[in-house]
Amino acid sequence: MTEVQTSPAAAPAAAGPSAKTGTQRSARVKEAATGWLFALPFTVLLVAFLLLPMAYAFKISLYRSTLIEGEVFAWFDNYKQAIDDPLVREGVVRVLIFGLLQTPVMIGIALVAALLIDAATSKFSRFFRLAAFVPYAVPVVIGTLMWGFLYSDSIGPFAWTGIDFTSSDTVLASLGNIVTWQWAGYNMIVLYAALQGLPRDVYESARIDGASEVQIALRIKTPMISSALVLATLFTIMGTLQFFTEPLILQPLNPGAITQHYTPNVYAYNQAFSFQQYNYSAAISFLLGAVVFIGSYIFLFATRKRSALR
Amino acid sequence: MSFRKGSVAAHVVMGLLAIYFLLPFWWLLVAATKDNTGLFQSASLWFSDFHLIDNLRILFEQDGGVYLTWLRNSAFYAVISGVGATAISALAGYAFAKLRFPGRNALFALLLGLIMVPATALVLPTYLLMSQANLVDTIWAVILPSLLNPFGVYLLRVYVHDSIPDEMLEAARIDGAGEFRVFTSVALPAMKPALVTVLLFSMVASWNNFFLPLVMLSDDQLYPLTVGLRAWYMSAIMGNGGAATFSVIVTGALVAIVPLIVAFLMLQRYWRGGLTIGSVK
Repeated sequence: MTEVQTSPAAAPAAAGPSAKTGTQRSARVKEAATGWLFALPFTVLLVAFLLLPMAYAFKISLYRSTLIEGEVFAWFDNYKQAIDDPLVREGVVRVLIFGLLQTPVMIGIALVAALLIDAATSKFSRFFRLAAFVPYAVPVVIGTLMWGFLYSDSIGPFAWTGIDFTSSDTVLASLGNIVTWQWAGYNMIVLYAALQGLPRDVYESARIDGASEVQIALRIKTPMISSALVLATLFTIMGTLQFFTEPLILQPLNPGAITQHYTPNVYAYNQAFSFQQYNYSAAISFLLGAVVFIGSYIFLFATRKRSALR
Repeated sequence: MSFRKGSVAAHVVMGLLAIYFLLPFWWLLVAATKDNTGLFQSASLWFSDFHLIDNLRILFEQDGGVYLTWLRNSAFYAVISGVGATAISALAGYAFAKLRFPGRNALFALLLGLIMVPATALVLPTYLLMSQANLVDTIWAVILPSLLNPFGVYLLRVYVHDSIPDEMLEAARIDGAGEFRVFTSVALPAMKPALVTVLLFSMVASWNNFFLPLVMLSDDQLYPLTVGLRAWYMSAIMGNGGAATFSVIVTGALVAIVPLIVAFLMLQRYWRGGLTIGSVK
């Protein structure tokens, strides 16, 4: 006990300032150790479930499985095959068409809805904000199941129209409707948040100059949230490139229209889990992942001043 | 005058869009009260004979009561993944914001670099690695990958950085609190709003998860609701004998989304909070 009491008192007397830096250093070591300890579980997960699977997918995508020799290193043969594969191309073209048609419709609805709830402050507009956002809370699987029933020609409410919603001509639009229904409200909230961040006094001076509410919405508000609009659009297109769950769920309704290679991801899934072509499947998903990844970053870099990822 | 006219037009547009967004829910609610014959024979947007109670009974008895197992699995996966991911993200987010350690900036740059890797591209290799570790078709195959939430870490780092002053932590240290104590009794309470948002989003992400459990699980006793309902839907459409009828699947879909809608209405503030923190300002 006496030792404990004397040593801290004695040390500064003996060693002066160096003892102070000593305690500082030990505090810093302790901080660094704590920092590593705190970041460790996340780092382990990041390695195990992101870096390792990525590296592994890349590795197996460079091999081919042959009957005689087993796994053979094949350089980029799988990638060459994927780029030349007409079924991959068909899927890529389809998701691109889908993205180009569905995205503007959905972002348009989201923008109109956001401008309306930004301008109107009635009870109904608060109710509307909720109503538009609720579909986002529904799992994609269940939202798709619901629409699968609604499209049915025997139990759906639109059976009287005589439209076949799952024929090969209409099914892409039917899928587009499901995605629009599910995600328009989400994008509405994102755009609404951007609108709420705008300075209100600008509208006041426009109003004094005789601008109508519609003019204010279209000529002032919309251009001022253009970066949020572009961001929402691009994220939606990135999402549609990975289109998977909705076509997979609706597939049994018309397997002739929603084929095994309907989108690149559906194709990769079937290559792996119906045909055990893991190497080829890995090449397709790695290619698709790389396109989405690089696209996202080029885009985020181009708009980095406005984005949250600084 | 012209403002009033505009306001009427605005409400008409909102009314039409609200019908679009809510119609599927109305249909589901009405359809869940009908038996299978009623589903096929009555007008689809209005009630006919009331069979909701029967439907619920059949739903929970179908295939030996497997629906309740799926419901429990979904809840279990959501709670474990949600709480686990939030705790791990809180520790890492705090460390990135407030603790100096070698490699911190490199690790955070790596996180930012990887945040955009699409999850769907990782499912196949994760499955293959899991099968080498003999973890396929176990709960861990679904739970472990869901514990990783780079966006949650990013969000909490930003939140801690902006809302907890260094002096607050320093004061606790001077009072003799150890690093872990500083975290639990000073930082954690201050992080609460952001923690709730991350918890909510990771629980919902897990509840909605489909691709990962679809690939990882083949034992239907381990299925979450999403994979289970899809299996029922497939057999019903294929017309397999003994398959769940459409009325059962409809009721199952309704029961699956009710908790989400209740949670959604009660926690709206946090939903929107999460979206606005996480997106462009």
